[in-house]
Amino acid sequence: MTNTLHRFGDAASFYDDYVIFAIPSQGKTDKGSVPKLKRFLEIALQFQPVNLGDARNGGALRPSRSMQPTSHWNRDHTPDFRAVIDGVDAPTTVAAVFDDRVNAENFLKAVKEADLGMCVNVSTSVDGAEQCCHFAGQPRHSVGYSLGFEGKTEKLPNTQVLTLATMCGHGMISASLAKKMIDWVKEGRRTPEQAAAYLTRFCSCGVFNPSRACRVLEDARRRMV
Amino acid sequence: MYINPSKCVACGNCTYVCPMGAIYIDPQIKRATVDRRECVECYACFNGLSQEHLNPTLVRTIRRAFQAMRLRFDPEPDVCPTAAFEPDKLEWPRVVRRAFSDPRVPHESTGVTGRGTEEVKTNDVSGRVKEGEVGFTIEFGRPGVGVWFHEVQKMTQALARANVHFEKKNPVTSLMSDVASGTLREDILDEKVLSCIVEIKTTVDRVEEIIGLVKEVEKHVDTVVSLGVGVRCDAGGEDRVVAPILERLGYTLHRAKTNVGLGRVAPAQGSAQQEPAGAAR
Repeated sequence: MTNTLHRFGDAASFYDDYVIFAIPSQGKTDKGSVPKLKRFLEIALQFQPVNLGDARNGGALRPSRSMQPTSHWNRDHTPDFRAVIDGVDAPTTVAAVFDDRVNAENFLKAVKEADLGMCVNVSTSVDGAEQCCHFAGQPRHSVGYSLGFEGKTEKLPNTQVLTLATMCGHGMISASLAKKMIDWVKEGRRTPEQAAAYLTRFCSCGVFNPSRACRVLEDARRRMV
Repeated sequence: MYINPSKCVACGNCTYVCPMGAIYIDPQIKRATVDRRECVECYACFNGLSQEHLNPTLVRTIRRAFQAMRLRFDPEPDVCPTAAFEPDKLEWPRVVRRAFSDPRVPHESTGVTGRGTEEVKTNDVSGRVKEGEVGFTIEFGRPGVGVWFHEVQKMTQALARANVHFEKKNPVTSLMSDVASGTLREDILDEKVLSCIVEIKTTVDRVEEIIGLVKEVEKHVDTVVSLGVGVRCDAGGEDRVVAPILERLGYTLHRAKTNVGLGRVAPAQGSAQQEPAGAAR
């Protein structure tokens, strides 16, 4: 899941960013996995997720194929968690995103107790994931560390843009759109919540963290980096 | 990707949403246009923009009237008002761009969506990286830069010369014409993708050597590189081997994905194995 591995920020900045996902392994755990993946997401609903996702069909906020012109004035930015759960129709990676450590810990413990047999990963700071595992009474099996960005880093945008754009590790949130949303919040044209919702819709597997995005946008309103 | 000029109203919304910056308003035709060489067929525009189905002539007329009065409508920024995007029928080798760039398309070689590899995410059932081994994911082009395969080949050939083991179930490995030399297929070298992951496995004692090699090759590759290092923990859930090496090399380990170890192979599929693969004794 390099998709969530290389989010930009230091360890402390991930205090409100916990992505917990279940993934079927090809030829090993994919057969009959759909009800288990749905169950994983159902359990997540009990712990106040800020996003749910299905790698094939998207997250809890999705673009519309037939938007009405009046939506420019009264657009609904409410996440539709039920649509994500109901939409899982094939083996795929499903994810639940939390902005609170306690909720993430309790969710992981509940998943362990549900004994789904699916591979489950926690993507956050190294210590944050360790705490989740400790709380669930489950020793870590494997760890994939991010060593950050190297090479031609002069091609990268500023840190605020990078923080927003890398929350979709598949790169579906462009740096230009992230910068535009920062500018719109600065200008008072949109609230951080509205700007975060626009960005969320571009994340095609639902691991974007709109709560963290709001924090970053609010922070960017007052500071230039 | 193609933008139908008879539908486009040049609102400019799409110019911001392209991760590669490949969409611009052509001043000659006054319509949004895709730079096909830079477009990686990620479908962020087609899939990510909401679509209205307004009459293009009506929208253009309104926009011209507003423009004449120096007024600007403040529409939603993630909408194509006339649903002007039309996906091209992609042929080989251009179809490779989409396979690597559109996360919703499973890779044919692995059947996995996203970047097409399970890495250590399923290590508890796959046993892909065992104790004493280290899995490297070397990702090119992300975030937001993209990469040409002829650049990727610089790394794969350097790694091959170092006698590393390329992961078989990986989309880049599947595009090698000669795995022993790390040579990619000739016909894809001039294709650009949003990102791709080269995946290798070595023994723990080679971590410093491999990281040094990657850093050296990075200097000659015209994109950004994200390096990931996957390890198997001991029975107590600790990694007392690789993390200290990385810290000694100057890395601060801010973020990780942690495989919790809850996976198990279903009895009906494959063997009757119940225990996680590579379970620590």
